[in-house]
Amino acid sequence: MDAFLAFFADIDWPEIWQATLDTLQMLGWSMFFTVLLGLPLGVLLFLTGKRQLLEQPIVYGLLSFLVNVLRSIPFIILLILMIPVTVWLIGTSLGVEGAIPPLVVGAAPFLARLVETALREVDRGIIEATQAMGASLWQIVTRTLLPEALPGLIAAATVTAIALVSYTAMAGVIGGGGLGDLAIRFGYQRFQTNVMVVTVVLLLILVQVLQMVGDRLVVKFSRR
Amino acid sequence: MIEFQNVQKTYLVSGRQVPALQSTSLRVEAGEVFGLIGHSGAGKSTMLRLINRLEAPSGGRIMVDGEDVTALDSAGLRAFRRRVGMIFQHFNLLSSKTVAANIAMPLELAGGHSRAEIKVRVDELLARVGLTDHARKYPAQLSGGQKQRVGIARALATRPKILLCDEATSALDPQTTGQVLQLLAEINRELGLTIVLITHEMDVIRRVCDRVAVLDAGTVVEQGTVADVFLHPKHATTRRFVFEAEHVDEGDLMSSYSHVEGRILRLTFRGEATYAPLLGRIARETGVDYSILGGRIDRIREEPYGQLTIALVGGDLDAALARFDAADVTVEVIR
Repeated sequence: MDAFLAFFADIDWPEIWQATLDTLQMLGWSMFFTVLLGLPLGVLLFLTGKRQLLEQPIVYGLLSFLVNVLRSIPFIILLILMIPVTVWLIGTSLGVEGAIPPLVVGAAPFLARLVETALREVDRGIIEATQAMGASLWQIVTRTLLPEALPGLIAAATVTAIALVSYTAMAGVIGGGGLGDLAIRFGYQRFQTNVMVVTVVLLLILVQVLQMVGDRLVVKFSRR
Repeated sequence: MIEFQNVQKTYLVSGRQVPALQSTSLRVEAGEVFGLIGHSGAGKSTMLRLINRLEAPSGGRIMVDGEDVTALDSAGLRAFRRRVGMIFQHFNLLSSKTVAANIAMPLELAGGHSRAEIKVRVDELLARVGLTDHARKYPAQLSGGQKQRVGIARALATRPKILLCDEATSALDPQTTGQVLQLLAEINRELGLTIVLITHEMDVIRRVCDRVAVLDAGTVVEQGTVADVFLHPKHATTRRFVFEAEHVDEGDLMSSYSHVEGRILRLTFRGEATYAPLLGRIARETGVDYSILGGRIDRIREEPYGQLTIALVGGDLDAALARFDAADVTVEVIR
């Protein structure tokens, strides 16, 4: 027991606490903007797709290509490529704020694809029935498509949030802060294995909690 | 009420024009139950969806209640669709909404109804379809027949004048089919609703429809009152549907009569003649002997009918035929 406590003796707990807050902040803000961008993009991908309500092969092709390009860039490289854009957007590429634009650009296309897939699961007959009631396109999306796909959308958001957790760990590379940054600076570069262990455990707990909450919500909203 | 004027529909399938409906003209009168029967791919589903323009016609005009549906803009089309209810083979209820919320949906989409008004209307509809106790359930908790009744209540929410039924009973068992058809007949009678239904079962047509059109490969091959079409089918497709409904095969039947002596006739009685003791009386008076080879006594909607296949030997055959004719019995000489 003493040896166990001694292993963690030289850890700077306030610093770990600060890094945890940074990670949660990055996660919260980037998730907010990811949903804000990714959800409409996913809806648009779905609607302009083949044999859908707004079938537009050219628009779909362009959006799909953009999403594929962004998803194929490794996140570590996207972080660096995004630096000028981030500076232009918010004036700095450092700290928690500086990490949010690349996180959103990395995660929104991912979420958009998942949203498109979730919407495709909605029975075409239900969409047709809504049309037959005299619904407008906006009503079809907001009253039928999104509510019917809700469990799938929550699952998509959960997967995206977890992907964002691992992205935030890379944000340290551009000075983004957070638990991942701490693990690299102390755990890897200064051989402080104990810091590495603590950060990994904290990240693990975060992922577990996200998955659990997501799963609960999916069950709560599944009516099939 | 509904009029197809030279309406046609072709689909573009991998660069080729495939006709789904050949140029068709047809009228559905106000207040009647009109059936469209055909095998899958015959174009009946396309025809039904042309009425509320879930499918756009490739040519021709569709007039509904004096309004050219084919010329409506998108706002006009949405307003028009609120006046036309529709029910589906697989019910197409929103799984995320309760029974009451599903029924309220057309009213919410239409706008202009207060919460209180919607609640009153939903309760009224729930009572009509006999689901008052199930208002707070989700569709997944209901049986097929109950789901279809929710579908009917939902379709009636905006007080439409027309109800379109897309194979509404094809996913139901025979007993539930009977209940749903009864409900449709009831709302047709009580609300004066015009109903257009499509089906591949002649039995559905026989039980609720006033008139029927038979579709084959995108063409209406026969139409008329159900009694006329059902009792005296002319086109090969119609005959197939009728014999299917009676569970007999026309060819088998003829070969099994090959050793029967005398003339073979098919007699069709309708209305009160069905129950009159005609056959025995005529046989006695004209001296013919008869044997009954097959037959059925049933109802088309409310009208009783009988159809007998008999063989006649001896006696005065011509006199017997004249007597049948005088009694308003339709006689077809089969052999």
